[in-house]
Amino acid sequence: MAIDKFQTIQSACVPLAIENVDTDQIIPARFLKATERKYFDKNLFRDWRYDNNNQPIATFPLNNAKYNGSIIVSGKNFGSGSSREHAAWAIYDYGFRVVISSFFADIFKGNALNNGLLPVQVTPEFLENLFAEIENDPKTEVEVNLAKQTIILKTTGAQESFEINSYKKECLQKGFDDIDYLLSIKNKIESYESTRI
Amino acid sequence: MGKTLFDKVWDAHVVDSIKGGPDVLYIDKHLIHEVTSPVAFLGLDNRGIKVLRPENTVATPDHNIPTMNQDKPIQDELSRMQVDKLSENTKKHGITLYGLNHQYHGVVHVIGPELGISQPGMTIVCGDSHTATHGAFGSVAFGIGTSEVEMVFASQCIMQPKPKKMRITVNGQLGKGVTAKDLILYIISKLTASGGTGYFIEYAGNTFTNLSMEGRMTVCNMSIECGARGGLIAPDKTTFDYVKGRKFTPKGEEWGKKLTEWEKLYTDKDAVFDKELAFDAADIEPMITYGTNPGMGMGVTQSIEVHNNATYKKALDYMQFKAGEQILGTPVDYVFVGSCTNGRIEDLREFTSFLKGKKKADNTTVWIVPGSKQVEKQAIEEGIDKVLAESGIIMRQPGCSACLAMNDDKVPAGKLAVATSNRNFEGRQGPGSRTILSSPLTAAAAAITGKISDPREEFKL
Ligand code: SF4
Repeated sequence: MAIDKFQTIQSACVPLAIENVDTDQIIPARFLKATERKYFDKNLFRDWRYDNNNQPIATFPLNNAKYNGSIIVSGKNFGSGSSREHAAWAIYDYGFRVVISSFFADIFKGNALNNGLLPVQVTPEFLENLFAEIENDPKTEVEVNLAKQTIILKTTGAQESFEINSYKKECLQKGFDDIDYLLSIKNKIESYESTRI
Repeated sequence: MGKTLFDKVWDAHVVDSIKGGPDVLYIDKHLIHEVTSPVAFLGLDNRGIKVLRPENTVATPDHNIPTMNQDKPIQDELSRMQVDKLSENTKKHGITLYGLNHQYHGVVHVIGPELGISQPGMTIVCGDSHTATHGAFGSVAFGIGTSEVEMVFASQCIMQPKPKKMRITVNGQLGKGVTAKDLILYIISKLTASGGTGYFIEYAGNTFTNLSMEGRMTVCNMSIECGARGGLIAPDKTTFDYVKGRKFTPKGEEWGKKLTEWEKLYTDKDAVFDKELAFDAADIEPMITYGTNPGMGMGVTQSIEVHNNATYKKALDYMQFKAGEQILGTPVDYVFVGSCTNGRIEDLREFTSFLKGKKKADNTTVWIVPGSKQVEKQAIEEGIDKVLAESGIIMRQPGCSACLAMNDDKVPAGKLAVATSNRNFEGRQGPGSRTILSSPLTAAAAAITGKISDPREEFKL
């Protein structure tokens, strides 16, 4: 079904300053037993967020009151590992709308886009800068403008443009999903099938 | 200009291309399991539509199931509900299901090839990143998310930007005690966990063509661990011999026709790749991993590399290893042989090849989990279960098991496991578990000695 329309976002960020954050960390396998898209946000980063006695780990950024906002910032190769879309659902349902990293794993990137979660790939320098600014001031805001494909670090004015293919951009802006499109070209699919059998 | 094998297969499946966007790719075979399909089925219900081509999808529950007492109802309520949901959904939509205890039941990527569902030149997808396994047949096979599972249900197509192409050439003979698993762990250690992102890999060279189909599947299976969406190997006589005569493979006249088509599936001489890498098989040792992603691997006798960055330190802290140290000789609490990477018959043979007359170490718990009912049956026919039993090891029943520990097969917190599966992420085999990836042969050396051992030494190879 249609996804939420993506609007320009200006928000503080939650920093996760490590690389190779894999989908087993984003949502561990033991929480994948649901048959509906429900409660995955509760277990987002479960084993980094809570200790063995289910007590919040104070040092983890999601548990640190000074960080909030709808943007998560992480080191390179974010979302590697399993194809579980539950990872994108958990992040989205928790309230994030953008993930910023210098590099994304392919399947995660696709899953995120299919759910209205925007992966913004920035240069390693921009990322480093952003981490430093957030450390300086956790209220540091970033503006992500999908229409212009720009990301602006509000404190320093540093700006970069980011890539997104025009089709996906339009889907996000209009809240369309791929299935709507695929259903609309059923004739083409059937005529392709007829050439093969 | 010539075409790569990947181009040939991909291009033949493009139904439509969107300017500045993805291709609409037709999918020949769709494999589903209980974990990543329920929300996709719900999506169909919400749209009020049915699966378009149910005959092109095959289902099996594998991720969530116990590996003991499979004849009894599943104890864990949530797991049982998910498995039941798969039965319900497949029935409703007319999809073939190989459920628990069915003679064809097993891990989705083990049964596909075994039943001849996976064939050269096909596009094959599954809501599981190790779908790349089927690339061993010269097919374009890759893992997808649940939204994409729903796309395949709704239209037998998915929307995909065409990946870039990389060729990895390895020539030469693998050393004694060095297997297909070591080959791929070596490649991943060279590429790192993200070096293949954005690419589809073709594995070329005689080191790959000399591998059996099982070995090729092990290699292609782990393509995702360097970030690549998938990997493939041009089909040849080994492939055709393997495919012939299986349940779903073409027979009679149809076989001849297909074979003629399949023989055209190779990379043209003048085809160009976006990236080329080459390695020498002679450089490869039996491999182990030391960190928390499969790119953090080394030869079993080597010492852990020294790097000064936070991510690296976090990984070593988690594993309780120190930079610069050797892991050889470290006590091993658990050994797990199984998964879609190394749960096929050849892997069980490899594990038991030197086991006769030896006992497993007292300090080590060993889980042997066949990848499918057919593997289990064959293992019993070959007496592998008896060799295991004499060494103090029981063969469990098929499933993903401790590969991702969604069932009871969990490695306890802090314990060290040697696993033939594909991921050593934090907590992958249970919260707090520590995983070292290896081949079945290196796992066998660990099971007998109770510590990380060089199989060449242990088995006098
Ligand atoms: S064995 Fe492991 S990697 Fe393979 S399908 Fe099962 S969970 Fe996925």
